[in-house]
Amino acid sequence: MDIPYTITPRADTGVYNAKLGVWLFLASEVMLFGGLFSAYIFLRIGAPEWPGMIHGESFARASDILNVPLATLNTMILIGSSVTMVLAWASLLLNRFDRYRLYMGLTFLAGLAFLVVKAFEYGSKFEHGYLPAESNFLAIYFTLTGLHGLHVIGGMVVNGYLLGPGAKMWKTKPAQFINRVEVAGLYWHFVDLVWIFLFPTIYLL
Amino acid sequence: MANSAEGSTTHETHHVAESHADHDHHHELGFWRKYVFSTDHKVIGIQYGLTSLLFLFIGFTFMMLMRWQLAYPGEPLPLIGWLFSDETMPGGVMLPEFYNQLGAMHGTIMVFLGIVPLAVGAFGNYVVPLQIGAPDMAFPKLNMASYWVYFVGGIVMLVSFWVPGGAAQSGWTSYPPLANIVMTGQTMWLIGMVFLITSSLLGAVNFLTTIIQLRADGLTFFRLPFFVWAQFVTSFLLLLAFPPLEAAGVLQLMDRLVGTSFFMPSGLVVSGEALDVAGGGSPLLWQHLFWFLAHPEVYVLILPAMGIVAEVIANNTRKPLWGYKVMVYSLIFLGFMSFIVWAHHMFITGMGTAISGFFQITTMIISIPSVIILSALLLSLWGGSIRFTTPMLFALAFLPMFGIGGLTGLPLGLAPTDIPLHDTMYVIGHFHYVVAPGTILALFAGIYYWYPKATGRKLNDTLGKLHFWGSLIFMNGIFLPMFIQGMAGVSRRLYDGGQIYEFAEGVVHYNEFMSISAWLLAVAQIPFIINFFMSIWKGKEVDENPWEATTLEWTAAPSPPVGHGNFETIPVAHRGPYEYSVPGAATDFTPQNQP
Repeated sequence: MDIPYTITPRADTGVYNAKLGVWLFLASEVMLFGGLFSAYIFLRIGAPEWPGMIHGESFARASDILNVPLATLNTMILIGSSVTMVLAWASLLLNRFDRYRLYMGLTFLAGLAFLVVKAFEYGSKFEHGYLPAESNFLAIYFTLTGLHGLHVIGGMVVNGYLLGPGAKMWKTKPAQFINRVEVAGLYWHFVDLVWIFLFPTIYLL
Repeated sequence: MANSAEGSTTHETHHVAESHADHDHHHELGFWRKYVFSTDHKVIGIQYGLTSLLFLFIGFTFMMLMRWQLAYPGEPLPLIGWLFSDETMPGGVMLPEFYNQLGAMHGTIMVFLGIVPLAVGAFGNYVVPLQIGAPDMAFPKLNMASYWVYFVGGIVMLVSFWVPGGAAQSGWTSYPPLANIVMTGQTMWLIGMVFLITSSLLGAVNFLTTIIQLRADGLTFFRLPFFVWAQFVTSFLLLLAFPPLEAAGVLQLMDRLVGTSFFMPSGLVVSGEALDVAGGGSPLLWQHLFWFLAHPEVYVLILPAMGIVAEVIANNTRKPLWGYKVMVYSLIFLGFMSFIVWAHHMFITGMGTAISGFFQITTMIISIPSVIILSALLLSLWGGSIRFTTPMLFALAFLPMFGIGGLTGLPLGLAPTDIPLHDTMYVIGHFHYVVAPGTILALFAGIYYWYPKATGRKLNDTLGKLHFWGSLIFMNGIFLPMFIQGMAGVSRRLYDGGQIYEFAEGVVHYNEFMSISAWLLAVAQIPFIINFFMSIWKGKEVDENPWEATTLEWTAAPSPPVGHGNFETIPVAHRGPYEYSVPGAATDFTPQNQP
């Protein structure tokens, strides 16, 4: 028994199963982060000042606590990785597996770089005793960026698999492998997009 | 028809599927892959079915224990009281903490581990691919994962009774700040919920993809059986409503484990001591996020039930559903509206009259499509030659029972009448009428209706009718007095059932009657349990279409369907789902796949 439309798109819907599945999954993810962003708005509206008091010190702007230059760098890294992700997929369509390896490798490294930068950011917060329990601002910051970080790690696991052991499929079932890279890309762009919303809402506003 | 053009292009794929099916028959799967870690939607459906029936029984047992305490407060539980530890029932007398644990876990288990997995996981899994002419679900491995994640979630919930302080005890709604400061059981509850949410996410993605992608040739959306439509809308609700609860769960876990104050307001004093938290959070935030899931969840509980009832009614009245298209439009509208009514659960929180006004209006609007669907089902009976088969009895009983549940909900949807009724037994009566004599009777209808498809044998009718009348009578015996108690003002969360309150004096004696009804309801399930297991071997053998139905699961697949790929050849649909008693046709049912 084979399931229809695992590789080729169904004519009347125009997509193959996995692509539709990932879009639906992303819709659900939008609701997850939507719920968290709503919580952020809800708490911020109810707060007398934002970020407010931390360790007896009053902060007027988020950028006084958070490291905007580092976050800007991270934004650039993630946007860049989305570009390399598309190039990796396009290379497969052009039958250039060597280029695929290069671009997918770059995407993976960019994810890693993002996490390293993030780790430095977290580290300096911990050093100052800025822990999630100190204030709702910090709680939101750590929860949202932490959950986003987990999504980055999840994406890197998938990308790493497609770069390493999963790449064998290119020899046996190239069409399916291209599909896999495509849907992994959809997810990766979503992770990127979440950050593009997170960065201004938490760091700048 | 858009699909007729598409038919020719997909033909090739199906031939490939068939040749592979032949090929697959050569290697038999071992026991573990065939029955335990199976990727076959039929096996997974049965796994879901058996597990969720077991959880329904566990949840019901919790309630039977609580009903002893409500009927005879402070008296030791006879016969089995000694089985319980000193932390729960010393000398057979239930402690208040244990009562609260049973209450919270009854709700959680019934909703998230019992009814939803039975309605969606079991019936959806088993029936949807067969009804749409698909060889399996779109993602069979995800399907298996979905079941096992659900299973682990269930185990986590049950194990939580043995952690220090026992299971979660802040109600199934887990309102903070209480839920933030109670013992470890609440953390287990949250972790269990994360598993259950993940499971339902995997399931929802799978169902939607399956229904959109794997419909057989010629099976356009408006040729889908109403049951498939119900599962389709339900899956959207699961997909989009559950994540905000997951978000809320993450935030509550942070509050409990990391010490954040998402749900902790400033200046909170517990047992005379100020809590050492940063504060600034809002308990209302939890309620918004929780009910954003939990209201659509109500429709997750009821829509598959409506789908089952629609199938059974069309089949047993021998005529098409009255207003099939209107029912489908109502279903879609209902699904959409269910996302914007949640705060009608929160009228007494002080969120303001403007917001209350908005949610009252949306709540009144959402009652319209529900009434349309119920009316259409009722009108479908008109002029039919009704066969009173066992599934039909359950389906017929669903209509007035769900009607009572729905109509008693109207006063709760309007703030002025909700305020005195809020958190009283009236509310318990209302939603149990929707879910217990409503959904559960419909699920029983589904079991009696599709059992022959899954096993090749029919359930016994005499035992079935005994089960039906017992269930119907005793369910009403439990839930009807709740309205009276609630209107007298008895709160839903009283350990002694309201004995200490003077205003409850006139109604508190109903508790004994309700409790006896609950225990008799358990007795009424005995014929069902005997029937369910005995009929596997002793039931009357049936052919592929014992009910003379029109939909593909009956007309194109043997009973039970073949192991790999369901159908010997993938069917093609030529007509709508309910072509019963077509004038001039040879029989009073015209199968969907008949050219």
